[in-house]
Amino acid sequence: MAKLLEEFSLGLFFWQTLLFGLLLFLLWKFAWKPILGAINDREEGIKNALDAAEEAKKEMQNVTADSEKLLKEARAEREAMLKEAREIKDKIVADAKEQAQVEGDKLVKQAQATIESEKKAAVADIKAQVANLSVDIAEKVIKEELSDKKKQLKLVDDMLGDIKLN
Amino acid sequence: MQKTFFKGILVVTALLLGQFTFASEKKDEAGDHGKDLKTEIKEYITHHLQDSHDFSLFSYTKENGEHKYVGFPLPVILWDDGLKIFSSSKFHHGETLAEVNGNHYKLYHSKIYKTDAEGTINYDEDHHATNVKPLDFSITKNVVMIIVTGLLMLWLFTSLAKSYTKNNGIPTGAGRFFEPIVMYIRDDIARPNIGEKRYKKYMPFLLTIFFFIWFLNIFGLTPLGINVTGNIAITVSLALMTFVITNVTGTKDYWMHQFDPLGKSLPWYGKIPLYIILVPIELLGLIIKPFSLLIRLYANMQAGHIVLMSLIGLMFIFKSWLGSPLSFGLAFAISLIEVLVALLQAYIFTMLSALYFGFASEDHHEEGHENDPELAHL
Repeated sequence: MAKLLEEFSLGLFFWQTLLFGLLLFLLWKFAWKPILGAINDREEGIKNALDAAEEAKKEMQNVTADSEKLLKEARAEREAMLKEAREIKDKIVADAKEQAQVEGDKLVKQAQATIESEKKAAVADIKAQVANLSVDIAEKVIKEELSDKKKQLKLVDDMLGDIKLN
Repeated sequence: MQKTFFKGILVVTALLLGQFTFASEKKDEAGDHGKDLKTEIKEYITHHLQDSHDFSLFSYTKENGEHKYVGFPLPVILWDDGLKIFSSSKFHHGETLAEVNGNHYKLYHSKIYKTDAEGTINYDEDHHATNVKPLDFSITKNVVMIIVTGLLMLWLFTSLAKSYTKNNGIPTGAGRFFEPIVMYIRDDIARPNIGEKRYKKYMPFLLTIFFFIWFLNIFGLTPLGINVTGNIAITVSLALMTFVITNVTGTKDYWMHQFDPLGKSLPWYGKIPLYIILVPIELLGLIIKPFSLLIRLYANMQAGHIVLMSLIGLMFIFKSWLGSPLSFGLAFAISLIEVLVALLQAYIFTMLSALYFGFASEDHHEEGHENDPELAHL
């Protein structure tokens, strides 16, 4: 202990305290403050950048989800449209078929009616011709047969009988 | 990695070579004086451990027996009935008296004594000089080294600070080496010991004291023969600063803990008998903490220098093909360990300072701090 006290130099203590104090002050002002500030800023910057990246990642996920949803919707819509189109097509085809049927039926009916009326007209015509022909035949027969009275009568009878049968 | 390793090897080699030249001088001196080699070495070591009034790099003796010193003198500043400033070259390394304004001063064992014109030194029974010692504020070798270290630190760390602004927050050059250390002190010394809330205001002191001690320790390993951190005045000053900062920034809880260590766990009448012992212990702890700091640093650096130089001195005592290489190898190994010790002591001083600051700035009263003095003896 005595040796330590002997070794202790007040002058050196004075200079050390003074110079260290000065060094501490200068370094504080011109070194530690800017250094620690810069390190802090950098760390903050890194943290912020990481946060931003995380945020961007989340946003990206959201966007992906959105686009997927949109795609799904679009697909569903397309499906629906296709379905509707098919239905419309079916309906049109069905309608057309029906209409064709109706039109066909109508045509057939018209045709039938025409045929009927033609037939009737033809029958009437035939009848008139038959009547004329009959009258002509009768005239000829009568002219021939009327020479014989008996034959005339018989003919009239037959003819009449035939006509009735008709 | 490879590069730094080679650099390290270079540094260590240079270091050892330097010590080597020092040692060889001793041998010459011893031969010339005809003194005992062991005494010579012992005196040399003692001389080296002390502060000196001139910055001598090395000395040798000429053929005609004249001592030659290579180095430069430093200013001597004395307070002896007024300021007296003169160059230390007047002492001629203690060989002559310095005469200033009719006063005579003699350099004796690295201390300045006031003497008569003949330079007589009076001794008491214990062979201590009894002459008047004027107040000595000289710019000694240690003061020069403090200034050099201070300038080096200023240059290093202001340029590191500048490199941040220039280089977008990324350090360049030597800053790449020092920045991780700065961050280590912040993240592994200050933050855990002082706490997230208050560590910032202690950072400048912790950083300054760490690099100051570390650099001076490393300078002590160079062949310049410097022993700043192994000087008791330096360590007293450093520890005193930690002590002052600890107690000036101490919170109410800290002082409560000093004078009322048991808090509300005991009624007042139960505390009286305990406190007669406890409070003095707590108060003693206040002093013991910085005291352990100053003794630890002083003793470690002093011991390192003594061991290293003794081992080098052994080479010249053995003078044999077996002993000298052996002590050389040992000196080499110790040099390597000393490089580690230089860092370790700086770390311990900083770490414990931070720990004490942490105790002093604690907000919440915690029990179990009676172990403080033990912790301080790490």
